[in-house]
Amino acid sequence: MLALRGVTLAYDDTVVVEDLDLDAKDGEVLCILGPSGCGKSTLLRAIAGLEPLRAGTIHLDGRDLDGLRPDQRKVGLMFQEHALFPHRTVADNVGFGPRVHGMAPEAVRERVTGSLELVGLAGTEHRRVDQLSGGERQRVALARAVAPRPRLLMLDEPLGSLDRALQTRLLEELPEVFAELGTTVVYVTHDQDEALALADRVAVMRAGRIEQHDTPDRLWRTPRSAFVAGFLGLDQQLSVEVDADEVRSPLGTLPRAAVSEADGVVDRGDACAVLLPESIRLLSPSDAVPAGHLGVSGEVLRRRFRGDHLQISVRVDTSRIDGGPAGGVAGGAGPLTLQALALRDAAQPGGAARLAIDPGGVRLLEPEPAARDGDG
Amino acid sequence: MSLAARPAGTRRGPRRQRRLRRGLATAGLLALPVVFLGWFFAWPVTAIVWQGLAPEGDLELGVLGRVITDASVRSVAWFTLWQAVASTVLTLLVAIPGAYTLSRQEFRGRGALQAAVTVPFVLPTVVVGSAFLALLGPRSPINAGLVAVLGDTAPTLDLRRTVTAILLAHVFFNYAVVVRTVGGLWSLLDPRLEEAARVLGASRWRAFREVTLPLLTPAIAASAAIVFLFTFTSFGVVLILGGPGRATIEVEIHRATTQLLDLPLASTLALLQLVAVLAALSVYGRLTRRAQVQQRLVASDTTRRRPRGRAERGLLVGNLVVIIGLVLSPLAVLVERSLVTADGYGWDNWRRLLTDDASTVLAVPAAEAVRNSLLFGVSATVVALVVGALAASAATLDRGRLTGLVDRALMVPLGTSAVTVGFGFLIALDRPLDLRGSPLLVPLAQALIATPFVVRTLLPVLRSIDRRLREAAAVLGASPLRVWREVDLPIVGRALLVAAGFSFAIAVGEFGATVFVARANLPTMPVAIFRLLGRPGVANFGQAMAMSTLLAALTAAALLAIDRLRVGQIGRF
Repeated sequence: MLALRGVTLAYDDTVVVEDLDLDAKDGEVLCILGPSGCGKSTLLRAIAGLEPLRAGTIHLDGRDLDGLRPDQRKVGLMFQEHALFPHRTVADNVGFGPRVHGMAPEAVRERVTGSLELVGLAGTEHRRVDQLSGGERQRVALARAVAPRPRLLMLDEPLGSLDRALQTRLLEELPEVFAELGTTVVYVTHDQDEALALADRVAVMRAGRIEQHDTPDRLWRTPRSAFVAGFLGLDQQLSVEVDADEVRSPLGTLPRAAVSEADGVVDRGDACAVLLPESIRLLSPSDAVPAGHLGVSGEVLRRRFRGDHLQISVRVDTSRIDGGPAGGVAGGAGPLTLQALALRDAAQPGGAARLAIDPGGVRLLEPEPAARDGDG
Repeated sequence: MSLAARPAGTRRGPRRQRRLRRGLATAGLLALPVVFLGWFFAWPVTAIVWQGLAPEGDLELGVLGRVITDASVRSVAWFTLWQAVASTVLTLLVAIPGAYTLSRQEFRGRGALQAAVTVPFVLPTVVVGSAFLALLGPRSPINAGLVAVLGDTAPTLDLRRTVTAILLAHVFFNYAVVVRTVGGLWSLLDPRLEEAARVLGASRWRAFREVTLPLLTPAIAASAAIVFLFTFTSFGVVLILGGPGRATIEVEIHRATTQLLDLPLASTLALLQLVAVLAALSVYGRLTRRAQVQQRLVASDTTRRRPRGRAERGLLVGNLVVIIGLVLSPLAVLVERSLVTADGYGWDNWRRLLTDDASTVLAVPAAEAVRNSLLFGVSATVVALVVGALAASAATLDRGRLTGLVDRALMVPLGTSAVTVGFGFLIALDRPLDLRGSPLLVPLAQALIATPFVVRTLLPVLRSIDRRLREAAAVLGASPLRVWREVDLPIVGRALLVAAGFSFAIAVGEFGATVFVARANLPTMPVAIFRLLGRPGVANFGQAMAMSTLLAALTAAALLAIDRLRVGQIGRF
């Protein structure tokens, strides 16, 4: 089990990670998700012993890693862009770890074969690494990281340099590899799809701090901040005003009881409402607004073809909404654009559209100073 | 449709014409360099070979055999070889850690220090010799320190005319070659490769040995070969710091010509050296080709960081001590010695150097040597730039077999020693024109030695100009002349300035060839320094130090000026 307590990291005089606590249970896949520059790679390097701690402790399986050199920590790290040794063959790269640990040549060879089989590259031992494709390099890097059987496997943006199709394929294979290894995995990425697909738990990181640490499902259902919601791709956010009975939004007023919220986040006053994608439905002309839903109408701006569905952008002029306290909500005046999913070409650009918003798919959050400005 | 209607012959016509035109252009560009190299390099070298093999006009291999089996020749050859190997190994041992500090560690003053360690590389050999005479002589600061600590009973350390002095001077001289070449590559190596090795369980030393060292091998091999070549053909340093039994082949050629007047011996020695140098060059070529590894390089400013931990800080401090002790202190002592007078410090040496009408040693006022050097240096620079630029342009225009040939042909003078060039001028340039008494010989010899450096500076820049830049400019409506002015010139212009500064520094400091061809009444600064050092007396020594300081300042200024232009291949091979 990996336990970080009060970890602070700095480059020269710039603090990149501050007073951070984080746990990873045995055998779980923990994804650290955050924008570039949030300190997530530095955190991995610190766990590996490549960056010194300014403050705090790191324990692995109950043992304090402080004072241990990188080569004594028994962790595996797969670097961004892989960092394969260009002057060595595939077998030399994968066998490097077992060899420097003093294993006999025969055992090293077995370990190399096993590791390459694990990543689906059996038989490539004698290839030179500069003859490998991008996907193969990625697999060799993974095989090299796991070959010494580390107690903790860390991966830094492992799919970052690959094309989309290859990413998708490896995203399907990686869980099997992790399951077979059984070690604890810490996986750093800036791609929410990767994190949500692979992780047992996700830690969303922002500017050197953990913003939220939860299972993918709970993260998606109940993001704790507008930043987390935005980073997960929940970018339909409204500025609203809350009191004991109702939630007043630029789109109209909802009963407070129908809207769920993260525990105790918002009491009253200004808040941010996140609309989950499935909470917005396009109504056909004959449909009535379902009971308890909020009905809004607007103009279809554009349709985007997404293969199995259409994404409809609808512009709603909030100043014409009855009962909507449009002027009273900051950032709420003027037109708003909402995205709805549709299966058939139900709407044409320029035509009218009606939307139904399910209050059950609306989340109330603490308003985000930066996010509020960009809203609407 | 109109295209299809044309007969095939006329379609092929323009292409053949274009190829012909390009061939003519290449030939036109190459004409001058070929004449220059033929007349001033190939012909003198042929004359040496002929003189060596047939001293009486008929082929007489017995002379060759006699010289090669001669015990004294063999001992000179042996000394030349082992001091070159020792110098190379020592330089690598001292400079590779230095390359790490200057390329991978961040500390205050790093940029200035990097420029400072490059200075010795362009220093004239004579200046290096004088500086180490001053540093290692009985009146050196080292001995002053010993006396201060131990009192009058302190032993006087005098390392002049020892192998130690030669080796130290060679390390001083070539430190920059290794630091620039190895450090240049080191700063581009992805630090994550070594980190990956560490995380996989390798100790710091093992990660260095198994990952970093193999990746640095091409640079280490290249710089080792250059250092070997420079020290194998070392002349000025050995002439001043060596002594009986401590002469390189170069020094022996000089002695055979000027003291023994034994031209067959000199020719055979030159021949021997030529063969050795060519062998070393071909081994070097094979080594570097084999050690080449395709690897991803990263931006150099991302790989530097402040030293962390005791080991890294220790390395930094150790390298700073080496740089200050070995690289900077000889220069400091040189300046200090130039200010020593009979009673304390003063400007006596400088005053006498610049105002005395007729120095007894030089036969002309010393100030005239400065004037000669500047005049010859500028002329040589112009010649080297013209010849080098033409050759580099031809090599860029023609990408076929010719390119490689020109490439290699122009590098041969780099490997051939300056003494061979000077000696060759002396015995060969009576035909077709008798130039032997002409003052023109000095700038011509200097230009010949500077030309390979000009080509080395220009060629990569010319080749790196992306063809698409020219195409983009042309598509945007620029005429060919405009394209040349707006695209080529700004890029090549800086490289030309660098090449000019570099060849000026080489020409001004040139000693090995100049000492053969300079007339007694037209000495250059290095020649004057050598003559002053050859005479006894504190005043002569002081003047030599002052002149050396001036010459060092001149070449260092040329180097630092071009270093600011940052086209930066100086001292990198």
